[in-house]
Amino acid sequence: MLVAHELIMDTAGSHGEITRVIKAYGQTPRKAVIVNKADDAEKWVELLRAVRDRQDQSAFAALFAHFAPRVKAFLIRSGMDAAQAEECTQEVMAALWTKAHLFDPARASVSTWVFTIARNRRIDLARRNRRPEPEDLPWGPEAEPDQEDVLLLQQESENLGRAIATLPEKQRDLIEKAFYGDLSHSEIAEITGLPLGTIKSRIRLALDRLRHALA
Amino acid sequence: MKSIKHHLTDALLMSYAAGTLPEAFGLVVATHVSMCDECRARAESFDAVGGGLLEEGPVSAVSADCLAATMALIREAKAEREERKPHVAGVLPQPLQDYVGGDLSAIKWRSAGLGVKQAILSTADGATARLLYIPAGAAVPDHGHRGTELTLVLQGAFRDQTDYFGRGDVEVANEDLKHTPVADIGEDCICLAATDAPLRFSSWLPRLAQPFLKI
Ligand SMILES: [Zn+2]
Repeated sequence: MLVAHELIMDTAGSHGEITRVIKAYGQTPRKAVIVNKADDAEKWVELLRAVRDRQDQSAFAALFAHFAPRVKAFLIRSGMDAAQAEECTQEVMAALWTKAHLFDPARASVSTWVFTIARNRRIDLARRNRRPEPEDLPWGPEAEPDQEDVLLLQQESENLGRAIATLPEKQRDLIEKAFYGDLSHSEIAEITGLPLGTIKSRIRLALDRLRHALA
Repeated sequence: MKSIKHHLTDALLMSYAAGTLPEAFGLVVATHVSMCDECRARAESFDAVGGGLLEEGPVSAVSADCLAATMALIREAKAEREERKPHVAGVLPQPLQDYVGGDLSAIKWRSAGLGVKQAILSTADGATARLLYIPAGAAVPDHGHRGTELTLVLQGAFRDQTDYFGRGDVEVANEDLKHTPVADIGEDCICLAATDAPLRFSSWLPRLAQPFLKI
């Protein structure tokens, strides 16, 4: 039931495919927005590759326009004041550039990767807890993942986003609270029914391929 | 890696993805994930939930000079490009080596009697992590738990009323579990244990009493 359209981003860069992202609002705004975002995930991957391979500043500007306001809102919801969140957002977005060679699009969407950087930065700044990280897979940028694996993972990430958006309100609220740091471990144990089977299988496949490539 | 049978719970992996797990539990998660691709895939699928929420979540406008400030950070950081940590092979996975300051030989064991040794690792408040060294064949008398106790096998194995736990297996015990773990006779057992209950006399170690044969 789309009743109106709103232009939310207009980025004239060297990449024609990202010049316009139109979001729709209507009686079911959340779903409408998602429907219009088809293929975004793959687009962000392409832009990040342009940053990694060519230090493409207009590609970075497009990523920034989309992700910086989301990171800032996430940090504010997680308890930072606006000034601190703005400063932290700059650090998170800078990491997007400086760590671009570490991003594996067969295992994560750009949104997911940005989320993990923002989350880790939030933990660092809180200084209460150190976050132990798993061992890196001994994998280098020369092992470019298979393009089809990348496409399927990116599509699956969008499916997951859609599935979360259409969960019953109560369940969705609980998940949001968990990720904004408002739930304890035992409260999180009450959350069930997240549809993670398919994306987990895709990530597992990508891990198996990496292991085989190394063997 | 193929023989791991006992994995992390969804609640632990989701809290880890949300960044709210106490550091000691986070260390067990990161160490297990380093040894288990199945849980690595599950952990990364929970990251994808965070990515989905970031993507669909609210936005907060950044200031006009935010992008320029970010570009300045990037130029400063360019000199020191971040690389993956080199993987140091050992019995202890990398996240644990970071806490110990090396592999097995670097652990500063303290005797707890009867050949049992422990080494408490420095983590933030909320939960405690320690390494346990249990001689082959030794048993721990019946003990209950307060709170949650995670036990990850790093070397050797132990058996209790519930099952057999070998290298990489993690036992997630809550208050209901009363058990008598016995180290496998084949090899001395080394575990990483974390609990969110205050350390107390009746917990695992000090009560570790008689050799296996007396049970
Ligand atoms: Zn596992």
